[in-house]
Amino acid sequence: MTIKFEVNGKQVEVEVEPRLTLADCLRHHLRLTGTHVGCEHGVCGACTVLVDSRAVRSCLMLAVQADGAKVVTVEGLSRDEGLTPLQTSFRKHHALQCGFCTPGMITTAHALLSEEPDCDADRVREVLSGNLCRCTGYISIVEAVLDARAAYKKAVP
Amino acid sequence: MKNTFIGASIERREDLRFLRGRGTYVDDLQVPGLLYAVILRSSVAHGRLRSVDASGALKIDGVHAVITAKDMTSKDYPSGVPIVPMRLQPLPEFQPYEQPVIAYEKVRYVGEPIAVVLASSVAVGEDALEQIQVKIEEMPAVATSQAASKNQSVLFEVTGTNRSLTFEARKGDADAAFKEAPYTRRERMRTGRHYGLTMEPRGVMAEWDVTNNKLTVSGAAKVPFANRRILAKQIGLPESAIEMIENDVGGGYGARGEFYPEDFLIPFAAMHVNRPVKWIEDRRENLMAMNHARETEADLEIACQRDGTIIALRGEVHTDMGAYMRTNGAVGARNAPQFVTGPYRVPHHKVDSHLWMTNKTPVGTYRGPGRFEGCFYMERLLDMVAADLNIDRIELRRRNLIGKAEHPYKLATAQPTNAHDQTDSGDYQATLDRCLKEFNYADVSKLGGKLIDGKYHGIGVSCFIEGGGAGPKESSRLEVNDDGTITVYMGTASVGQGVETIYAQIAADALEVPIERIRHVYHGSTGIVSDGYGAYHSRSVVMGGSAVLDAAEKFMALLRQAAGKRLGCAEAKVTLDVDRVGGDGITLPLKEFAGLTAEGAFLNHKHTYSYGTHAAHITVDARLGHIEIVDYVVVQDVGRAINPLTVRGQVIGSLVQGLGGAVLEDLKYDAQGQFLTGSLADYLLPTASDFPNLRCFVTEDHPSPTNPLGAKGAGEGGIVAAGGCMANAVANALQSFGVQPRDLPLSPSAVWQLVQDARNR
Amino acid sequence: MKLPPFEYACPTSISEAVALLAAHDGEAKPLAGGQSLVPMLAFRVASPSLLVDLRKLEVLRQIRITQDGVVLGAMVRWRDILEDARLLTAHPLLVAAVEHVAHYQIRNRGTVGGSMAHADPAAEMPGIAVTCDAQIAVIGKSGSRVIAADDFFQGPLMTALTSDEIITEIRLPLWPGKRRFGFQEFARRRGDFALAAAAVFYDDDNGTARNARVGVIGVGDRPLRLPSVEAVLNGQKISEAVIAKAEAAASAAVDPRDDIHASGAYRKALVGVMVERALKAAVA
Repeated sequence: MTIKFEVNGKQVEVEVEPRLTLADCLRHHLRLTGTHVGCEHGVCGACTVLVDSRAVRSCLMLAVQADGAKVVTVEGLSRDEGLTPLQTSFRKHHALQCGFCTPGMITTAHALLSEEPDCDADRVREVLSGNLCRCTGYISIVEAVLDARAAYKKAVP
Repeated sequence: MKNTFIGASIERREDLRFLRGRGTYVDDLQVPGLLYAVILRSSVAHGRLRSVDASGALKIDGVHAVITAKDMTSKDYPSGVPIVPMRLQPLPEFQPYEQPVIAYEKVRYVGEPIAVVLASSVAVGEDALEQIQVKIEEMPAVATSQAASKNQSVLFEVTGTNRSLTFEARKGDADAAFKEAPYTRRERMRTGRHYGLTMEPRGVMAEWDVTNNKLTVSGAAKVPFANRRILAKQIGLPESAIEMIENDVGGGYGARGEFYPEDFLIPFAAMHVNRPVKWIEDRRENLMAMNHARETEADLEIACQRDGTIIALRGEVHTDMGAYMRTNGAVGARNAPQFVTGPYRVPHHKVDSHLWMTNKTPVGTYRGPGRFEGCFYMERLLDMVAADLNIDRIELRRRNLIGKAEHPYKLATAQPTNAHDQTDSGDYQATLDRCLKEFNYADVSKLGGKLIDGKYHGIGVSCFIEGGGAGPKESSRLEVNDDGTITVYMGTASVGQGVETIYAQIAADALEVPIERIRHVYHGSTGIVSDGYGAYHSRSVVMGGSAVLDAAEKFMALLRQAAGKRLGCAEAKVTLDVDRVGGDGITLPLKEFAGLTAEGAFLNHKHTYSYGTHAAHITVDARLGHIEIVDYVVVQDVGRAINPLTVRGQVIGSLVQGLGGAVLEDLKYDAQGQFLTGSLADYLLPTASDFPNLRCFVTEDHPSPTNPLGAKGAGEGGIVAAGGCMANAVANALQSFGVQPRDLPLSPSAVWQLVQDARNR
Repeated sequence: MKLPPFEYACPTSISEAVALLAAHDGEAKPLAGGQSLVPMLAFRVASPSLLVDLRKLEVLRQIRITQDGVVLGAMVRWRDILEDARLLTAHPLLVAAVEHVAHYQIRNRGTVGGSMAHADPAAEMPGIAVTCDAQIAVIGKSGSRVIAADDFFQGPLMTALTSDEIITEIRLPLWPGKRRFGFQEFARRRGDFALAAAAVFYDDDNGTARNARVGVIGVGDRPLRLPSVEAVLNGQKISEAVIAKAEAAASAAVDPRDDIHASGAYRKALVGVMVERALKAAVA
């Protein structure tokens, strides 16, 4: 099937089998390998991307279901060579080690902070509990997300 | 040497690519003509493999080939099928138990490779799996070490026993000491089956260049040089014909990067069909194919004076080894009996460790191998001793901690490998004191056993040592780039711990240049240094970092020599200032020396021992069996912290893995050896909301005398004491019931059962 | 863990969807949010020949609050429920239960209809449906019908739906203003399926409980209503003693099996604690 959707601001047209997940479509057809696949059964959160502004597990969505949607991956969050405030905060707090869960953490936290820039620590933990990290023990990730809230508050009119 | 960057919390250079999705992990690689490998694994735990018929699979469009044992005809192995040799403790006794790269004659665990499908896509390969007919004559499965010990069904008929070996840890004369002892206590305890689950599953991509007789293997991790030696022998190529390439690695924890069957099967497949082949493990496979760890039962007896002074420890540890002896499979079973005494003075020590082969996924190391288990056993015993002898449990520990003047303190020796070990340095009382202070133990401990708002409060304390810095050697090379920057090449590997930043810090200080001058740090691939040893046993800073110092010294000597000639000055007068080389008032840009390179090494056989204390304040809802952490403090002395930010990351990260093992994680099998935890909904990892209240304090009071940096391995201290600390806290919380946890993990169901059993006693 | 091959259709009307399902001899499956179905495909425990994606059926996305109660379109997502402030008064028990459903990303995709059709015995929505006597409106090739929640769930992952039917609505009866309720769940980690959970409510008739309902999940092959516990409550003032009786009755009413996460004995005790705590929350 041929599908058309927007990825990181660009229109794409891809020929896919119906059984292809959005995660595999992004990674292998569009070569956006920043989206990682850690379990393929909807538990680990590494494959989280934004579909029409909402965080979703791209391993639990078929590529054909993205037809007509706007998809943003981790590659689409920082357009230039710099880091976003959220990414900067992750670096400052050492909120990543091996980096494999990181794209999913970043996309999930970005969605959360965009929707709820005033969220508290418990809410951050609740939301991130759908994203597994094996390196950090999460403390630094939660600190990084909380520390990045200020940047999102400013962005809200 | 300056001290500008060492000791500073430098933000990691790796992060710039990881945060933007620009890392390159092995599944991110794509080359023309690539075939995808999918592995058919045994669904039967134990049986005779009668036939494998792949004809149905070969009819499927897109299936290129199916490889089975029949395709392997290596003259170096009696069956034609290569065997994965042990890398550590390669004793002749273990040889019959080593794993063939693919099943032939027998299958011995659910998940054992039987066939490899090569297809145009992973999906097509998986379609083909369903069309391969496998006939297995089932045999009685051995699903526990107790069942194994009966030897009624044996995995390896050639030896006739399921016990592959018994390690003996010995010191002094324990039996004699027990005869004289005024007080003894004997306990049976158990730890669950965990593994070093990495968020990135394993992967291998192999490319065979038949014209140039060159095999390139991507996806290497941890020990690429050792794995190249193994692969070269198995596949019949000289080592020089094989290049192992390390990409970004999504976690290690001891499990990733060991040589697994797939590390042969995929290169073999690429050569077999003369096409590049990639295999990416899926999560279900990962749960049953990556090394398991930790499942032990112990029967231990401690002897003390009436004042609590430990006299002796004796007993047995039984390890459930799974079906084969893998590369480093014996490490945990050797460490548990040898290091069970932790930071405590135990004059007489006699613990036997039996290794039982079972029809389960084979074991290997997982962060803190044997030490997590041993610490749990020892710390539980100490709390029971304290209660029996009516001694405060902190005071009991004080009386028995190895004193700072007693280093090097000799630990038990493990036979038959004659493994000696000794501590290096440290003030174990000081980290205990600091931990109690940060924890506010004097006040918080009063809550122990109290029922407040329906929850029992419990306090646990555990002390640990963490072995690190395994030898024998590590290598490093520095080279001047065309633009005058410097590149560091390392023999160690990255498993995500931040070595690119840390080695840059060390190299910059050793050369006395700004850290930006260290352009790249490369590691983990076989082409960049002459030899390397890898990333395990918390050795990267101790061994690799010390090798950087040696390389820097040699680099400066060469630079002085070369610059002295160019500048016409004495070598001693040559200086390096940022990017210029000077002498006698003249300077040249460093880029004039592009290509200048020096390799250094560090040799060491002594281990480092970082050390510290954990303290936990928990609550237990006894009706749910639910444990929550109110506060948890780890104090660890690491000798010298190169980067405090990343050290903290190691401590907290390993702590949460330990807490997972203490209350959540358990790989389960039924009595028929069927694997029951084949998804991440079954094998429960800690999440962001499970353990929110953790604190750590890193001290640098006692540098290690074993290496010029004074550093001690620091990647495992967080995990080692977590099980013992949590179990002690549960016992403390539920003291009114007389509950004594003896098994991990402490799942809600298990904790609830402890309370019921105590009530019914 | 790649999905098995299947065809895909994305109809724009319910009748078209039903026709597609009916034309595939039981080999077609509707795809709602996909948060349960896609993992089943990944593990290849389901291998339909056709997936009929319901995402374009906007008519199924509505939450209606009527004089008869709350009507949830089958394609209403968890997030829609949590964001609909009307439901805090129109059906607070539903909201309390949905707060325990899975994780953030799943709630952005998962649907009430999908959860009902999946029929996991530990899932919250089926539990609420059974507890509240929900009516499940479905449509198939032979027309529409309404199935009572009690009849809808027939076993683990088994429902009364025929292969050509899709759920259109879940109708929850009117929630009176003076109703007292509690929802208690315990899972091994936040967002996991319940080890056990209890939903209770009763109407407060000057201190006496009327019309009590007690439903539990995670302790049987399907969500269960516990009439024996309801009998303990009806006509009583909900005192400590009554709550203790209800707890015992709840434990006595179930016979859960051992599994990898907990023993049956544990779950049996746990369900009593959940009922007890839900009642205490209701009284408070």
